[in-house]
Amino acid sequence: MSVVPDTTTKITFTDNNTKFNSQGVQFIINPYDELSLTKAIEIVEKDGGTVAVATVGLIETEATIRKALAIGANEAFRINIEPKDGVLVAQELSALVKTEGFDMVLTGRESIDYNGGQVCGLLAELLQWPSVNVCTKIEIEGGKAHFERDIDGGREVIVSDLPVVASAQKDLCEPRIPNMKGIMAARTKSLKVVEPQNNPITSNFYLFENPVPKQAVRLIDPENAGQLIDILRNEVKIIS
Amino acid sequence: MIGIYAELSDGKFKKAILESGVYAAQLRNGGGVTAFCVGLPSEGEADKLSKYGVSHLVQIEKTQDFDAQNYTKNLAHYITSKGIKTLVVANTYEGKSLSSRLSMALNASLATNVIALPDTNNGFSVKRSVFSGKGFAFVNLLNEIKVVAITPNSIDVKEMPTAIQIENVANIAEKSNTKIEGTQKLEGKIPLTEAEIVVSAGRGLKGAENWGMVEELAGLLGAATACSKPVSDMGWRPHSEHVGQTGITIKPNLYIAIGISGAIQHLAGVSSSKVIVAINKDPEAPFFKAADFGIVGDAFEVLPKLIAAVKG
Repeated sequence: MSVVPDTTTKITFTDNNTKFNSQGVQFIINPYDELSLTKAIEIVEKDGGTVAVATVGLIETEATIRKALAIGANEAFRINIEPKDGVLVAQELSALVKTEGFDMVLTGRESIDYNGGQVCGLLAELLQWPSVNVCTKIEIEGGKAHFERDIDGGREVIVSDLPVVASAQKDLCEPRIPNMKGIMAARTKSLKVVEPQNNPITSNFYLFENPVPKQAVRLIDPENAGQLIDILRNEVKIIS
Repeated sequence: MIGIYAELSDGKFKKAILESGVYAAQLRNGGGVTAFCVGLPSEGEADKLSKYGVSHLVQIEKTQDFDAQNYTKNLAHYITSKGIKTLVVANTYEGKSLSSRLSMALNASLATNVIALPDTNNGFSVKRSVFSGKGFAFVNLLNEIKVVAITPNSIDVKEMPTAIQIENVANIAEKSNTKIEGTQKLEGKIPLTEAEIVVSAGRGLKGAENWGMVEELAGLLGAATACSKPVSDMGWRPHSEHVGQTGITIKPNLYIAIGISGAIQHLAGVSSSKVIVAINKDPEAPFFKAADFGIVGDAFEVLPKLIAAVKG
């Protein structure tokens, strides 16, 4: 589970544009990870078992991890290292999966901060498990995992043996909001801090920039809206 | 040596794959570009690749439907045996499920959502979008082998013709633990991620029953249709059409937004579009600050005029 800036955050950078400026930023559970968490809870409610949530991050992520426990995860792990890139996160998670012996790992389709969309595949390759990404349906039946996932221009129905790594796409389920009972219970649930493997990094984010702001909009008279088509066709030459 | 993953869609190489070829060809520095595909392309498709810079095509025997693990095993084996140091993958759904696995199998550095050619003056640095289009990052890829996954529609497709050699090789992986049981394709529709023109509408349309106008305009322009988050949340349109921070991020040449106010989360998903048109009856709608062209007017009055103008 990634901890990311709230979706309404105005993104700015600091330290000569080498770092994301987190000042005054509200952090949340990555929306796609919230879906995978909810789906995991739904699966254990139906089929039994427990849900563990794992985050690669420093101590400031713990308030958000507690929220995941309040939503209904049974226990949590925080691997104590800054999540510098997808490879590092996958390596740390793979070590945890091996020690804890999980049967299935659900991730989000991507995090909404770095949008890598990498961890599902990287982790599955490290574990040598199958992987199914961008799932809109996940069910366990007869000892197998049944999926629907988005593909270019359509949808696909897939069945996989366990263990498997899968990533959540919008539409998978409705995210749950923690209730008071959940929030109280979360206080006493286990949140273990795990020391990192500390593998060498494979990529380095060294500079950031914001998009160049657009020039002032050119307004077209609504009475003469058809003029827009003429401009797009003959002036911008973007339609035929 | 530079390689590309040449995804086959019903025997064809889509535009995103040709973009990968052109990207690789601009990087090759006089050497060749080797494309790897699984299965056999239709007639004429290999020649099409050769027009866009690909000089070798390695056709791996296809023994089963797409599975990321099975495909990775084969691709990693042949990519390594051909001495490929940089692999270019198109960021399609299939590309996304492969690029990460493949980079791990190759012990490579990985960058996804890359939007420009790398700077190789000092190491190997790529520009990629982050924060769902609200920012860009420059990333140094440190390992000897690099996997670069490029966002479709980021590279101008220009012809760079070369001769092409084709090689057929055996599938070396055991059968996978996954099985595709069925596929539903949206027949006759242009996939949103590949569309060069997108016509998108929001709550201003007032109800699912009013989408006929949107579809008519899209049809006339050869465009895909999209929608805002509230519209997919209310079930007026399928979630697969939702563009924005928690939906799909798109980068078409032309994005026409009708009756969408332009919340920051929506703009994040579309702001990389080359030309943006906003149509909204509220002159204060934030979309007008992000648009190149705007019409302050009611969708129900403006859309018929646009449709009539396209029909000429």
